[in-house]
Amino acid sequence: MAKKIDITKHLLVPKHVLVSDSEKKKVTDTLKLSGKELPRMLKTDPSLADLKVKDGDVIKIIRDSKTAGKTVFYRRIISS
Amino acid sequence: MHEELKKYADTLPESILNEIEEKCPASKIKKVAARVYKEYCDAKIDAGEAVGLVSAESIGEPGTQMTLNTFHFAGVAEMNVTMGLPRIIEILDGRKNIATPMMEIFLKSPFNKGKDIHNIAMRIKESVLGEFIKEYVINIVDLKIELKLNLEKMAVIGVKPALLIKAIDKALGKEVSSKENEEGGLVVKLRGRDEKGLNDLYKAKEKLRSVYVCGIKGVSQILPVKRRDEFIIITAGSNLKKILDLDFVDETRTTCNDIYEIQKVLGIEAARQAIIDEVFKVIEAQALNVDIRHIMLVADTMCSSGEIKGITRYGVVSEKSSVLARASFETPIKHIINASLVGEIDFLNSVVENVMLNQPVPVGTGLPGLLTKVIK
Repeated sequence: MAKKIDITKHLLVPKHVLVSDSEKKKVTDTLKLSGKELPRMLKTDPSLADLKVKDGDVIKIIRDSKTAGKTVFYRRIISS
Repeated sequence: MHEELKKYADTLPESILNEIEEKCPASKIKKVAARVYKEYCDAKIDAGEAVGLVSAESIGEPGTQMTLNTFHFAGVAEMNVTMGLPRIIEILDGRKNIATPMMEIFLKSPFNKGKDIHNIAMRIKESVLGEFIKEYVINIVDLKIELKLNLEKMAVIGVKPALLIKAIDKALGKEVSSKENEEGGLVVKLRGRDEKGLNDLYKAKEKLRSVYVCGIKGVSQILPVKRRDEFIIITAGSNLKKILDLDFVDETRTTCNDIYEIQKVLGIEAARQAIIDEVFKVIEAQALNVDIRHIMLVADTMCSSGEIKGITRYGVVSEKSSVLARASFETPIKHIINASLVGEIDFLNSVVENVMLNQPVPVGTGLPGLLTKVIK
């Protein structure tokens, strides 16, 4: 019964990658955003269990898309 | 991948690149890729296009043709599922308690071949004490209840009388005491019998009936079904977290249809995917034709704040910055009164408030402003 489940392997959960600070600037520059406009994501989100995140971090999400094959999406971490 | 196609890796989506490579002879790939790139750019949505409006129409119009209340049978047994328009409304409103929660449980390799599938399913199902009892004998002289047990059923699930006693102690330990008798049944006595009467005994009997014994809480019905070449278990009622913890369950494919539960267990991105899958499933089942991009847009909107927000006045609409936009949706007086009480300012940055004031709206050609800098 006491098995540790790894939800990142679940089919519904896409790959989450923590974006480094230098890369973060590149992302906000190409999208022409200040960073605050990015879609948000709760710090307590279960899919972030393996990543060490803090407020304001940007997470790169590589989704499997039916239309485009793979798409990249960004979310900003908020605490509540 | 072909050298020529690598140039387009940043500009064209992966699925298009794969299609070109697959269908096109290597000698012509350069020409084809260039042509595809041109077509792709032409097909792109222009900046400022009112995509939300197009999506709303594209989902709304087929919605009018949907059968109002279709229940369909998931397989053979008498299990009904909310489908059709009520289901779409349920998902898009972001309801916390859906009408028919369900799970699809995939099993790991030796278990999914169909052997003992019914027994596995029975172990998942939530069992209460009433299911294992053949007969209640109420002894009004000694104020006790004798329970005759359904031993065959207990053997199938692997429940021993000791477990039943433990379950009774856990749930009603303060009120009754129970022990095994010689015939393999149970005897339940009221505690502190002096001040208790027959009424309490009857009440205790009713309570005994619904004492939780084993299985996954919330799973009220089970249905083993063969899908393609493996057996899966469909359940009514859901408890995804507990199910994923079981060791014979394939934790990569097992899902439920409760969007909130998915958000809680698997995260917001999984919830977004689940919204898309669930809405598309309904539309597909009704043989309607809605482009999946419209549903993706709705799902993205619902999930952009990190939590699921329904398309209601408590959800995404309450997040709008403009008072007039909020007031134009539902309960206008409430919004206007609250806004005037705190002195809210409306910057008229969005569409609805400008429509209300008879001004050009910032969509399409109304979006760009004058780019020239005035030299002073």
